[in-house]
Order: sequence, then structure tokens, then C-alpha cells
Amino acid sequence: MDRAATAAKIAELIAPFNKKGVELTDASTFAGDLEFDSLTVMDFVAEIEDAFDIIISMNAQAEIENYGQLIDAVVKLQG
Amino acid sequence: MTDLFSKFDPLIEQRRALLSTGLTDPFNLVMEKVLSPTEAVCNGKPTILLGTYNYMGMTFDPDVIEAGKQALDDFGSGTTGSRVLNGTYAGHRLVEDALKEFYAMDHAMVFSTGYQANLGIISTIAGKGDYIVLDIDSHASIWDGCKLGDAEVVPFKHNDIEAMDKRLGRIPEGAGKLVILEGVYSMLGDIAPLKEMIAVAKKHGAMVLVDEAHSMGFIGPNGRGVAEDQGCLEDVDFVIGTFSKSVGTVGGFCVSNHPKFEIMRLVCRPYVFTASLPPSVVHTAATSIRKLMHAGNKRAHLWENSKILHKGLRDAGFKLGTETPQSAIIAVIMPDLERGAMMWEALLHEGLYVNLARPPATPANMTLLRCSLCAEHTSEQVQTIIEMFKRAGNAVGILD
Repeated sequence: MDRAATAAKIAELIAPFNKKGVELTDASTFAGDLEFDSLTVMDFVAEIEDAFDIIISMNAQAEIENYGQLIDAVVKLQG
Repeated sequence: MTDLFSKFDPLIEQRRALLSTGLTDPFNLVMEKVLSPTEAVCNGKPTILLGTYNYMGMTFDPDVIEAGKQALDDFGSGTTGSRVLNGTYAGHRLVEDALKEFYAMDHAMVFSTGYQANLGIISTIAGKGDYIVLDIDSHASIWDGCKLGDAEVVPFKHNDIEAMDKRLGRIPEGAGKLVILEGVYSMLGDIAPLKEMIAVAKKHGAMVLVDEAHSMGFIGPNGRGVAEDQGCLEDVDFVIGTFSKSVGTVGGFCVSNHPKFEIMRLVCRPYVFTASLPPSVVHTAATSIRKLMHAGNKRAHLWENSKILHKGLRDAGFKLGTETPQSAIIAVIMPDLERGAMMWEALLHEGLYVNLARPPATPANMTLLRCSLCAEHTSEQVQTIIEMFKRAGNAVGILD
């Protein structure tokens, strides 16, 4: 899946987690802008992992702070 | 002023706000005198202990105490050294032999605490390029062991066999795999479906480590834990345990049948670079472990206590962490931290000590009043405890 298709799918998956309807850009942060707590992160990561059949390890998660970095990581992890 | 402590400001403020209401600090209680495994004096008042993890009540066992006193006389107060240098005394071998016999396993390695046992074993066996697949509700010592070892860390939803299976299936070909589970999860007191989970782990060729800290001595026909109870202990590669719960002192251990296990003594840094347990501790532990091999009656009484308390609290209208009693831990779910702290204090005034547990230690941001029963609690004490809970619950307005 290319970056555009991956981004579209992630946009779909994040919608139910984006409770405040924050407008998403590549610079939107999960902790700050989206106010994800650790439980939300866990559920959201599990959704992404299952949708793309990938593993986003805790080590990889530590490097992902914003929306754009997530899309890049998922593109890369799909190989 | 901004400095390295600024990151703690939100917590400092939360504590200040909570204590400004005049509440007793739940994290600063002093046991002035300990009368027995089930009673202590706190704030000058005799208090029933219901939050000690002293499951089998071994802390005042006369044989255990005697072994400790004798060891103090014979070997002194401490070893002042690492296990691999001057810190292995006869008692350290004695307790490792007792563990091998208790679990019927080939190897036993004793650490200075249970925390260090997890830290040491996990970080040493799973290194860079390896994968650790673990339950999201794992104990802090397991997470810290993962962090120390540089492996790729992949958590899955609590007790979710399918989520674990999927993640194991996505690990790259050829990578080393370690699955980490617990027998009893200490926050809610629920157990893991180890038999099914371990079968899945083995299907993927993973090694399996199970932390049985909260089940040793109590669960399973020989008190070996949840894996023994479910008939899958032989498929567990590493059992982690502690002396600070059923055994009644302090220390941690790993038992294993792995043929190369002994090399761990040379490569495991939290084992090598710390002083070994004092002689009195290892002698008390060895004596206690041997007595726990023949503690069938105590185990039966502890189950009885757990079932009665679970039913009593449930019937009174409290919301509990598990539908049925699964271990000697019964978690009472509080509506929020403020009322949890009020309830904790009301119980203390009644003369009952329980643990107040709150995020981040708890799953799903819950505030819990965690009760752990002891085989030495009398049936009368358990009834008294239920009445105390009812009165405190009504006073604080948690019961309708």
C-alpha cells in the first residue's frame, strides 16, 4: 500500500478515537493534540496492527509522536 | 523554579489536593507493631491486615523464625558480597535446593528481590533483535526487564489469546521469541488461561516465562502455581517467583529445566552486580518453602476465606474485580481516587488495612481497594472484615 492509500486507511481507523474531532495534519501529536492516554494508545495501536497485519513494537511506538510519523512508520513496516 | 523535578509537579499537586481534605496519607502508613500475620498496631490501634500478600502466614511460623535466628548466630548479619564472589553461603544453596524440590525442576537461581528476578532473567535472555510478546497488564518489574534488554517489546490485550496469537504470527522469521505471562494478575486478582496461551506460544516456537508470584504456595495441588493447576507447568520454560509473599521474607527466584540454565549466573547483571541475600533471609526462606510443600490444609482454608470474603462483599453491593474468586486477591473497585482514599481511611478507622491501588499501577485507570487474604485469617476475622466494609461503604456513600 502506498503512502496515500495507507494515510486514507489510517484516517478511517483513527476517526472513532478522535473524540474531539481534532483536524488532523501530519504534525498533529497523539499525546498533545489528540490527548491519547496510554489505554487509548494501546487500543489504537492494536487496531492499526490488525488492519495492516504488522507489529508496531513499543520501541517503534516511542519514535512515533505525530500523525505523519505514524503514516511513515506503517508504510515502512508493510515492507 | 524549573528543574528536573518539574515533571513531577502534576503528581505533587494531586497529592496536595487529596491530603488537604484532611485524609490520612494512604502511602505513608506505619505499622508500629506487628502482632501476627493478620494483625498489627497502626496509629496506636489494633488493625486487621488485609493487604500484605502474606498468603500463607509464614512470617511468624516458629520454625521459620528459629531458622533465621540460628543463621544470624552462625553466619552473621549479611554477606557483603555478590553471589559470584564472596556472597554464596551454605544457606543460598540450601534455599535453591528447596526450590528445585518444591517445583520438581532441575535449576533454581535466587535473586535479592522478585523485582530483580524479572529484571535479570528477562533482560538477559531477550536481547537486541529478539521479540518479547507480553500481556499489557504485566507487573512493573516485567516491563522494566523488557526495557533493560533492548528486545522488541510487543504487548497484547489482557488475557486475549487471539491477540497474542496474531502478534506472534507477525514476528519475522528466525527472530528469538519470548512470551511473558503471569499466573495471577495482582491488581484484579484474576488468573490467566495459561494452558491455552502456552499452547499458542509453543505453536509459534516461543519460549515461555510465567510469573507465579501471587500463586506460589497456594494455587495448584502442590502450591506450584496456576500453571501446575492447569496442568501445563512442564511447558513453562522459566517460572519467576518471590519470597516476599507466601514464603514470608524477601528475595526472588527463577526455576527452569533448561539444560544451559546455569550460565545465567555469569551473564545476568542484576544477579552478579548486587549483594546476595543475608543468611537469616535464605535460611528462613528455605525452611518456609519446605513447610509449604505440606500445607494442604492451609491452602484449603485460604480458599475458603477467599470465597467467603468475595461472596460477602459482592452480596453487600460492592463492585469486585472478578466475577468469581480466582485467587487470594479480591479487588474492590472504587468510583474514583477521592472516594477510594476516603473509603481506605474509613476502613482504617474501623481497624482494617487494605491496599489502595491507583493508576498507573492499575489497569484501565481504576482505583482499587485491594484485599489479599491470609491462611491465618480466622473465619471470624473474615466475617468482621465484611461488616467493616459494609459500615465504611455506607459512611462514605459507596453503597446505595
